Amino acid sequence: MATVNTTEEKPLVPIYVTGGRTFNELSEDVSRPLETFPTGRWWFCFIAAMLAFAVGATLLLETFKNGIGLWGLNQPVGWGDDVTTFVFWVGIGHAGTLISAILFLFRQKWRTGINRSAEAMTIFAVMTAGMAIMTHTGRVWLAAFWLFPYPNQRQLWPNFRSPLEWDVFAVSTYFTISLTFWYTGLIPDLAMVRDRAKNKIRKMALTIASLGWTGSNKQWLHYESAYLIFAGLSTPLVLSVHSVVSFDFAVSQVPGWHTTIFPPYFVAGAIFSGFAMVVTLLVLAREAFNLKHYITMDHLELMNKIIMTTGLLVGYAYSVEFFIAWYSGSAFEKFTFINRAFGPYWWAYWIMVSCNVMVPQLFWIRKFRRSIPIMFVVSLYVNIGMYFERFVIIVTSLHRDFLPSSWGTYVPTSVEWGIFTGLMGFFFVFFLLFVRFLPAIAVGEVKSVMDQPTAKGGAHV
Amino acid sequence: MSNLESSAPKLAGVLGFFDDPDSLMTATAKVRDSEYKDFDCYTPYAVHGLEHAQGLKRSRVPFVTGAFGFTGTICAFLWQYNASVEWWPHIIGGKPFNSFPADFPIMFELSVLFGGIATFWAMIIFNRLPNTRRAFDHSLTNNRFAILIESPKYDEDEEAPPAFSTDKAEQFLKSLGSTETRKVYEEGWF
Repeated sequence: MATVNTTEEKPLVPIYVTGGRTFNELSEDVSRPLETFPTGRWWFCFIAAMLAFAVGATLLLETFKNGIGLWGLNQPVGWGDDVTTFVFWVGIGHAGTLISAILFLFRQKWRTGINRSAEAMTIFAVMTAGMAIMTHTGRVWLAAFWLFPYPNQRQLWPNFRSPLEWDVFAVSTYFTISLTFWYTGLIPDLAMVRDRAKNKIRKMALTIASLGWTGSNKQWLHYESAYLIFAGLSTPLVLSVHSVVSFDFAVSQVPGWHTTIFPPYFVAGAIFSGFAMVVTLLVLAREAFNLKHYITMDHLELMNKIIMTTGLLVGYAYSVEFFIAWYSGSAFEKFTFINRAFGPYWWAYWIMVSCNVMVPQLFWIRKFRRSIPIMFVVSLYVNIGMYFERFVIIVTSLHRDFLPSSWGTYVPTSVEWGIFTGLMGFFFVFFLLFVRFLPAIAVGEVKSVMDQPTAKGGAHV
Repeated sequence: MSNLESSAPKLAGVLGFFDDPDSLMTATAKVRDSEYKDFDCYTPYAVHGLEHAQGLKRSRVPFVTGAFGFTGTICAFLWQYNASVEWWPHIIGGKPFNSFPADFPIMFELSVLFGGIATFWAMIIFNRLPNTRRAFDHSLTNNRFAILIESPKYDEDEEAPPAFSTDKAEQFLKSLGSTETRKVYEEGWF
């Protein structure tokens, strides 16, 4: 058939900003939340997040006073909710850099609408992960001597052959570079907000924050060069960070951990969970701050496609793990995997499989990919599923290892759940402050991909 | 020179506004080939190709990144090598003191860390930031484009260049299609 009737006419050139918005309207729309008093809804969320954080902080103080005996950790399960929470948040912290760096190198222009908020989410997620992993040492004030590369008086350094030490370098480098990349991106947009500012103190604060950016093309030249390099540096970095996190497990001898598939499996899972969190947050943010012209349904659909793809990748990893456990001929590996799916923690395993592999299959259908309620619910399921993935990997591998005489079980205590909730609050406090005080859309980048004004006036496509 | 004159704001040059990137690009190429050598463009976002129209050389930021990134690699290796082999050798897991492959993750991370921080500072220093300047007009970071023909700069010991005629520069910018021209002055602190 030569002609196909479609209900929706597909444009010849992709449209990244809908509603025929102009540059000025874009600046207005993005600056509005920054220039008005927060709404009641924002205060409600902010206070709820602060309360959650207060609960977590109180329980962390209790832990510092009494020790991690308040947690359900034991022999043989020495890592539980603490490390699960760390891996969960580090994983979430991968979407931002994927969007800002990898999609930049691949010239995916749609990234401009979502990269700022995704990067912010990355930074706050890595901060939350840092809180989880530092507090899991129990006596945080001593962690500097265990983790920070600092010698004792006789020049004994931390063990550089240990993946735990690599992890310190990987996560702290990732945080530093993501923050620098993010701030670099913010400079021109802060300058835009500065030049709109009426209030004197506000103008002064923004003048300092924007470092005196004028938008001169000589500045843009170095800026663009630096931006490209940041993208180039961050791309291998983002792949390395979760690979190194996976080495924490894969380099050990524990059955269920000692596998070569871990680095790519962890990276795919990180992108999966990160995109799910981005969808969760952006569905809310675009509604609350009226950013629907910039974070369009097309953006959300593309993210949902990535969620489905990476969901299939982790599903593939789950099945390959089983295959290799059988194919390797190692009795311990085989036992661990059967125990994972049908042992005492079977429920965690099947929550993981249904949330991560089955639920995202809905996205094969275009209508579901473009439905706000469905994608919101799916993204929540993926967030839950990815928490359980890490729980399954950590706890089910540890609780029954080589010797049946050393088997045990682990049940997180209410203190651990309280700390988990508190860290969730910690993350949301920062994210809510971000959407109030900083431009949530990379204005300077969106302007380069939207309809340009022409000499005749008006916009052309 | 009287006190009155020295406290007056210093002329930065003549600013000509353009409403769209295409006419800015054409006009910039013409300014590049004109008698005015000191000029710059102001845009709300990075207009691609403008650096060629303006005749700017490639940024040197990548060389700084390369140098510092490589320094990071070397430092990380020497550090780990000395800690494991020289300062207090320990046998860990039956591995040789110089377990070179195990040094790679930290070598990579420090290369990225050094390179990334150097990139940021190179960008800042090459752009003469931070300072307290603002855009000459608030529309320049929002929705308009401009060319600034700067009043010529010269050192004390140099011969003064021929007098800068703002009227002539304004006329020139108008002839290139500028919708509005204006004299602008260097801004003070805050």
